[in-house]
Amino acid sequence: MAAVGDARGARPVSPASTLAVLERALTVYRRVWRGSVFSGFLFPVMFLVAFGIGVGGRVGQVGGVDYLAWIVPGVLAATAFQTAVGECAFPVFGDFRWTRAYHAMRATPVRVGDMVAGWLLYIVVRVEIATAAFLLVSALFGALRSPWAPLTPLVCALVALAAAAPMMGVAARVEHDGWFALVFRFVVIPSTLFGGVFFPVERLPAVVRPLAWLSPLWHGAELNRAATLGGVPPWPVAAHLGVLVAFAAAGAVLAWRCFSRRLED
Amino acid sequence: MAEQPLIFARGLVKRFGDFTAVDGIDLSVAPGEAFGFLGPNGAGKSSTMRMIGCVSLPTAGELRILGMDPARQGPAIRARLGVCPQLDNLDPDLTVEENLITYARYFGMPRGLARRRAAELLEFVRLADRAGGKVEPLSGGMKRRLTIARALVNEPDIVLLDEPTTGLDPQARHLLWERLFQLKRRGVTLVLTTHYMDEAEQLCDRLVVMDGGRIVAQGSPRALIAEHSTPEVVELRYGQESPAEVAVKLAGVGRRVDALPDRVLVYAEDGDAAAAQAHERGPAPASVLVRRSTLEDVFLHLTGRTLVD
Ligand SMILES: Nc1ncnc2c1ncn2[C@@H]1O[C@H](COP(=O)(O)OP(=O)(O)OP(=O)(O)O)[C@@H](O)[C@H]1O
Ligand SMILES: [Mg+2]
Repeated sequence: MAAVGDARGARPVSPASTLAVLERALTVYRRVWRGSVFSGFLFPVMFLVAFGIGVGGRVGQVGGVDYLAWIVPGVLAATAFQTAVGECAFPVFGDFRWTRAYHAMRATPVRVGDMVAGWLLYIVVRVEIATAAFLLVSALFGALRSPWAPLTPLVCALVALAAAAPMMGVAARVEHDGWFALVFRFVVIPSTLFGGVFFPVERLPAVVRPLAWLSPLWHGAELNRAATLGGVPPWPVAAHLGVLVAFAAAGAVLAWRCFSRRLED
Repeated sequence: MAEQPLIFARGLVKRFGDFTAVDGIDLSVAPGEAFGFLGPNGAGKSSTMRMIGCVSLPTAGELRILGMDPARQGPAIRARLGVCPQLDNLDPDLTVEENLITYARYFGMPRGLARRRAAELLEFVRLADRAGGKVEPLSGGMKRRLTIARALVNEPDIVLLDEPTTGLDPQARHLLWERLFQLKRRGVTLVLTTHYMDEAEQLCDRLVVMDGGRIVAQGSPRALIAEHSTPEVVELRYGQESPAEVAVKLAGVGRRVDALPDRVLVYAEDGDAAAAQAHERGPAPASVLVRRSTLEDVFLHLTGRTLVD
């Protein structure tokens, strides 16, 4: 199935069109950024206070460091993961159903690949803003223990892409927004609770541990943890990165297909 | 050699599942022409426009836009089209001005130029005073004008307008017509669909009448009227008698007599003479109107139905 009017074998994206799509997203965001500061920044800070200081005071140490320092990298990854999924649910669905922004783009030289790539770039921008602020606060809490910590924004960008790309496909595909509640209930929340954010997955029964491995969040949390605490992640770094890249790549193809399908007639 | 047509179609077909919306039409639109599609709901006008706009692929047949193949050169063709779809899809999250600038950027226009172009176009459609405002509070006619301005942002070679004036008040329609005339004078090729025969007569050099996915007639508005109707039409309304019964009695008056649910139409070379004759033959009408033939009459004759149902 080819996107409408796109030559087979032609470049799927053009940089100028992709940037134009990103620009539109940022123009809209500029108007609502104040609200998003709350979820992207204040929320994780409240997490840190509640879990790191409140719960941490009772838990003591995990893996040789205090609990706050242990969960910071996980919460960082979880923030990227949740922001990405959230921004690719209703906003993408709405741009097909309500604003019909994608239908407007389709009448221009913008290709389906540009629509997908432009929105993914926007997600990365959003996630980086949230991550940067969060890192700063974590540094103030004294939770960054390794010179590798500045690599976490890169990991967060990958986690965001790995979560956003498939979610865009879902948002373009579903006929009803009720599906998003299921995604949150059965993917986002379990990933956050059991994906190595608040406690090591080794504490999970061995049979369910592979479920955590399936979540991009666990790979991101472990890479971030290695970066902020200076340890070695459970899998080779290349394996963790490979899983994230595979999610992002497969997700992008899925998104491209679902977008094309939704826009063709 | 004749100039190459900007739009060329042969045996163009669009099917949705088993349903055939466009049933093998031939088209040829020359540069600078104003070309119209006239037809009732569901005739296949929008389906055809969407294929021309390269957002919907033909099921069968040949289609060339600007000499290119929509199936393989979609983005290159769309770069030179301006599209005003039947349903507005302005971006409600952006201001009026941002709608134009953002859209210009989709065509790869540099920011500064996009800004200037947006300001010019807002003047052109008389929305400059709303530039910084939201889209949602605009009236239907203002939104339509903004959509048309947006379609012009890339200085297109062909402008596709799907029912540009539906839902507008007469004043807004006339403003739009005037703007479309200006474009035409600048040599822009216009392709539009409409339910309004006066619009088609005013704006189109040439038009096709579509019905049930087929082209049932084509030519200039004048030629169509000359070919399929008479110069004048008498509209007769009666009190008690049903138009169908009266029509039987009036057989032979003028060139042709048609009964509509609410009136009888007599087609004639000379309307006044035919009206007098009808008076003699039939019952006394409650009202008589002699008028020029319009495309509506052509359509009625060709399809047996009225345009706006
Ligand atoms: N995406 C689609 N899926 C299925 N059927 C469609 C689709 N688009 C159009 N149709 C059908 O094709 C036929 C022609 O529709 P089209 O929109 O081209 O008509 P139109 O001449 O533009 O009518 P109108 O004057 O009401 O706008 C209609 O019967 C319509 O239901
Ligand atoms: Mg239509």
